[in-house]
Amino acid sequence: MARNKETAVILLDVSPSMHPYLKHVARAASTLVQRKMIFSKYDEVGLVIFGVSEASNELYEELGGYEHVSVLRHIQVVDDDILKILDDLPEGSELGDYLDAIVVGMDMLIKKAGPGKKGNKHIFLITDGESFVKDSAEDETKEDQVDKLAVQLTEHGMKLDAVVMRTKRGPNKSKVRTENEFLLKRFAGRPQVEVAFVDSPTSLLGAIKPRNVTPVTLYRGDLELTPNMTMKVWVYKKVSEERLPTLKKYSDKAPRGVPHASHEVKMDIEYKSTEDPDKTVPPDQRTKAYRYGPQLVPISSVVEDALKLKTEKGVKLIGFTDTTNVSRHYYMKESNIFIPEPGNMKSIVAMSALARAMKELNKVAIVRCVWRQGQSGVVIGVLTPYIPMEENFPVGFYFNILPFMEDAREFPFTSLDTLPSNMQPSVSQQEAADNFVKLFDLAPKDHEERLLPERTLNPILQRWYCYLHNKHMNAGAEVPPLDDALRPVVEPDQELLTENEFIIKRFNNQFTLKVNEEKGKRSSQFWKEKELDENARGEEDSAMDDVSQISFDSLTARRVSEVGSIQPVQDFEAMLARRDSDEWVPKAIREMKKLIVDLLDSAYKGNTYDKSMACLTALRKGCVEQGEPSEFNCLLRDLGNKCCGKRHNDFWDLVLDRRLTLINKDEAPDSDVSEEEALAFLNREGPIKAAEEPVEEEEIDEMEALLGEAV
Amino acid sequence: MNTSILASWKRRSQRRGAFFSRDSQILRGKMSSFMSYDRDESSLFDDDDEDQERDSLLDADVGRELLIYMIDASPEMFLPFKNEVEDGEEETYFNAVVKAVTKDMKTRIISRDRDEVAICFFNTRVKKNFQESEGVFVFQASDQANQDELCQPTARLIKDFSNISETFDKDIGSKAGVTPGSRENPLYNALWIAQGLLRKGSVKNSSKRILLFTNVDYPFSDADPAFKKDMRRTTVQRARDAQDLGIVIDCFPLSKQDKGFDIGTFYADMVDMSEEEKENFMAIASDRFESMVSQMQKRLFKKRTVRRLTLTVPQGMKLALQSFALFRPATPGTTAWVDSFDNKLLKSERSFLCSDTGALLSEPLQRFQEYKSEKVCFSLNEVAEVRKITETQLQLLGFKPLECLQEYHNLRPSTFLYPDEERITGSTSAFVALYRAMLCYKKYGVAFLGSNCRMVALVAQAEVSNEIGQVEPPGIHMIYLPYSDDIRHIEKMHGSVENTMPQASNEQIEKATAMIKKLDLKDFTYANYSNPALQRHYAILEAVALKEDDFELADPKDDTLPPEEQMQKLAIAQLVKAFKDSVYGPDHDLEEQELATLKAKGSATAQKRKAAEEMAGNDYDKYDWNELADKGKLKDLTISDLKIYLLKHKLQVTGKKDILINRILTQMGKSKEVRIRLKRG
Repeated sequence: MARNKETAVILLDVSPSMHPYLKHVARAASTLVQRKMIFSKYDEVGLVIFGVSEASNELYEELGGYEHVSVLRHIQVVDDDILKILDDLPEGSELGDYLDAIVVGMDMLIKKAGPGKKGNKHIFLITDGESFVKDSAEDETKEDQVDKLAVQLTEHGMKLDAVVMRTKRGPNKSKVRTENEFLLKRFAGRPQVEVAFVDSPTSLLGAIKPRNVTPVTLYRGDLELTPNMTMKVWVYKKVSEERLPTLKKYSDKAPRGVPHASHEVKMDIEYKSTEDPDKTVPPDQRTKAYRYGPQLVPISSVVEDALKLKTEKGVKLIGFTDTTNVSRHYYMKESNIFIPEPGNMKSIVAMSALARAMKELNKVAIVRCVWRQGQSGVVIGVLTPYIPMEENFPVGFYFNILPFMEDAREFPFTSLDTLPSNMQPSVSQQEAADNFVKLFDLAPKDHEERLLPERTLNPILQRWYCYLHNKHMNAGAEVPPLDDALRPVVEPDQELLTENEFIIKRFNNQFTLKVNEEKGKRSSQFWKEKELDENARGEEDSAMDDVSQISFDSLTARRVSEVGSIQPVQDFEAMLARRDSDEWVPKAIREMKKLIVDLLDSAYKGNTYDKSMACLTALRKGCVEQGEPSEFNCLLRDLGNKCCGKRHNDFWDLVLDRRLTLINKDEAPDSDVSEEEALAFLNREGPIKAAEEPVEEEEIDEMEALLGEAV
Repeated sequence: MNTSILASWKRRSQRRGAFFSRDSQILRGKMSSFMSYDRDESSLFDDDDEDQERDSLLDADVGRELLIYMIDASPEMFLPFKNEVEDGEEETYFNAVVKAVTKDMKTRIISRDRDEVAICFFNTRVKKNFQESEGVFVFQASDQANQDELCQPTARLIKDFSNISETFDKDIGSKAGVTPGSRENPLYNALWIAQGLLRKGSVKNSSKRILLFTNVDYPFSDADPAFKKDMRRTTVQRARDAQDLGIVIDCFPLSKQDKGFDIGTFYADMVDMSEEEKENFMAIASDRFESMVSQMQKRLFKKRTVRRLTLTVPQGMKLALQSFALFRPATPGTTAWVDSFDNKLLKSERSFLCSDTGALLSEPLQRFQEYKSEKVCFSLNEVAEVRKITETQLQLLGFKPLECLQEYHNLRPSTFLYPDEERITGSTSAFVALYRAMLCYKKYGVAFLGSNCRMVALVAQAEVSNEIGQVEPPGIHMIYLPYSDDIRHIEKMHGSVENTMPQASNEQIEKATAMIKKLDLKDFTYANYSNPALQRHYAILEAVALKEDDFELADPKDDTLPPEEQMQKLAIAQLVKAFKDSVYGPDHDLEEQELATLKAKGSATAQKRKAAEEMAGNDYDKYDWNELADKGKLKDLTISDLKIYLLKHKLQVTGKKDILINRILTQMGKSKEVRIRLKRG
């Protein structure tokens, strides 16, 4: 339980220059404490502030000095008390000497652990480095002090995490600040010291890693360049997604008032025969089955294990290739890191040579990895060299898994350069976008990179743990709002918006975007918005009418010269709209008539009826508009004779059903048919038979799709 | 913006795209043997997602394929054919086609299980089709119910079809259909029947294709001169009518050794080819045929979600986007539990029990988390509420230079974004403007993805094409970024305290450079590597499903193994040796050997363990373990006796006696089962 127990001291600078930020400092510290309470509740934490006028620490009492350092809480197991102290952090009025504070912290840790005891000891320091650091009593330079402290840290196996707030920005740094930054950077060269310079509350919160995870290697062994040349490497996870904890189901049936009731819920899964619901099939009588076409193929785990791919543990080089051959978006998973086996000087040198050469040549290595013996799969990945800034850390590689052929889908997308001109940005639009991209900058030169992933806390986790704490205090607590410091993760930073207001406005104004009414909304939100589904269906039915409503622009744009069978209605209307010659109208009508007859001729079980009907409707409309009623009337009579009671009787039923009749005199003066006659034409067969609904294929497909989803 | 212009423009580009992209299997790299015919298929008709009706700028929204394999069975097809794919093995054209079609169906059954197929021979002696047309035989699985319907490929169909050569002569027979004096035209009939079979399904959400295999470039050469012209005309008309109905006809012409296959004689007319297409057709077609035969089951097309997203830019501008999952790990597919006696599907029933009282619960609505030794309860709504921090789907937060995107800033596969003009007019031009600006200034966008509560990087990808087609589509890749909670600081863990790390000298770097240059993969692409575990899984599945007698699981070629032979070549080996000597010193192997012998002796504890194992080996035979186990007498032994067995079998030796006995029994029981099962299989 206490294997990873950590003893920590939190050192907070409360000197006057820090006052405006104390709220955020307190947040960062309480985040640290809260997470400890969840993940490592046996950890011990002490709290020290510095920059106060009255000293209270053992060193001051024993030796003198250390005047402005005050211990608010001695090292104790984490609890709510320390959170309460943090909620009401006193403000100091003196300079905050962080070196003094570090010494006090170290002293506390050493005394707590007892002499010579190892164990996880950790110092967290938050300061702004605006206070002057005193010279030592002895004739040591400040650099010497820092180095001495660093050696002490190492000797006692302590880690130091320092967060330095750079509150005053701009080129004119104070002399004190410059000196402090120099000193702190000197610290950072040490393996067990992390110094983070932060500019914003967001990064302040993110700079202290709240959860202490001891990394374990994923692989230790050879990186095989060729069978004759190997290097010893260790592989760790570099990135590992920290998820919301899985909550357990709560049983409200547990006896009340019994303190030891677990309130846990056991889930029982029984497998039952589909035919006989009372028959339960025991585990050893079940077999796993895979789908093969419509069939289920049972493959027992024994057979599967016996036959599956056998792999040998190892990491083998496939080859080197240009960096450009491996795009960033191929990376499939969380990244890993390869480092040379610690202490193995040969591998460290070999890796250093290889990585540097790769960097110079702009190459990456492609490797095949099996992390564990007999692991069921193989992965292919890419190694990218990294070379650390400081010389006392080994050179290594970042590793990312690449997709296999089976994992990729290649859709062709229309090139964005050949889009019609109305979808291309104009020169001024492009210019506005250029400025927007250039200036709406999260990483300007004189500022810390905003939203650096390494310095940005997961807002959901932060909110969740905060909620958990509140709810523990008060069962009726509401979900807390998002921490202010994390707002900029979700919404654009206000400061940045104000700075670039003009640019953003210009970009917004350059484009007019119009939201179109969503046709068939049923698709992606199908399950969410079932009620909309009905509307969509209605819309779809009227889609046929929509086809005929084509704006003038489109008609003139297309120089159609024949009625094709792909989109006959559009072709037909386009031809009618052509004004460059007299021959188009008769030609269009002629071809349309032919097409309708052809469509019906080739119909098989009614598969062309919809189209034929759309054509017929369009032809009727066209004939009315063009004053050619006889053309249509002839055809309709013809069809009536041909279809009615014969092969295409069902089509004729459709015609009658739509009340598509002869064109009468009122509609087109040239017609020789009266309104009565037209009506009579429809009724000539007596009462209309209920047309057999041709089953709509689409619905079937939908059903299939749904069933497919469900299976 | 006029939608109908857009629609027609789209349609045109689609039609053209459709033809070429089908032939684009050599798209990535030169190793075309890896590329399968089916591969680009996916690019065309894919994603039978819920989003079916989506009429978008891309050609990917057609759900399933309805397919007719139309196979010429004329006597010419039974001439010997040198199959290039199978090392020039001699077989008939007909057999080659049967193999290819079998392969294609095997691929389809795994990767596109909604596809439906039918097999239609023409120029046959026996007729079997719903129109009773001469010379056409529609082949069906022996257990298929519906005569004139397409069906999903089944194991039975594949098995029956792959064995067809044995019974073909007896049951179906080959007969030249077009003969002098006869007006029969089996090709025409077959087209008519195929069209009839393909009537089901609208063109909108299924794509219909006829794959025509023949080695006769002019089917009417033997026809009566009087009918010749007419037959040709009606056949072409028939084919064009079919195409007008949205059916695509694909020819797979097989060249005859002596005279080749002239696509221009007849088939080019039938499928309406331009001159330019004609020229390249034969080469491409034979490639396609070969890859159809040689391909393994390379691909699995799981449904890939297509989603709609709205990108919000500061000050309220909203761009409509569509997202595509271009990369997602392929898995062996879903499994279900069946009863091992009758292979009937089982349904699972969950029940919840209170651990304290054993009382049956309805679905519990509360969850709890242990906090400071107390249980803090949450309702499901409260849990959901925590995740809701914004209403915005995708909020743009700013831009950063590309160098800021570290190699390890990655959590999961990327998602591809493309503008959706239909939903918000103007999205495309705004998208293109941002995309170009990002490419130009080498920047990427940072945004917050509300649904996943993740920061994402929006990285513009310029279009990359080669002579065959698009390699990288133009658009924006959305890369999921980690938070500080997710990143581990490994780099500094193993630093040296006092000293600097040893650095490579210039000479060593030079040696490495020379080696890297020699071990270069020039045209590396992930598309050359298929997942060996997945391939293996399909091989097993197929073998079990088809109950293939030659249950031969010769290791499918593992593409991922390094080319060791090449690496052993002198030129390479020398450079590697030079690098090795330079970084490790010339005596490295010797030193390693010494170290290894030292290690082999091992530490004190290891030696002790070894001795114990040796002891165990000696004493093992003193007992008849199986008998003891069967009679339940293991419990009479002492713990140290039991440990003999455990040590021998390299099992864990810790624990109480019961646990040890259990461990022994499990080990025995399992091995027994394996023996039985394997025998049965």
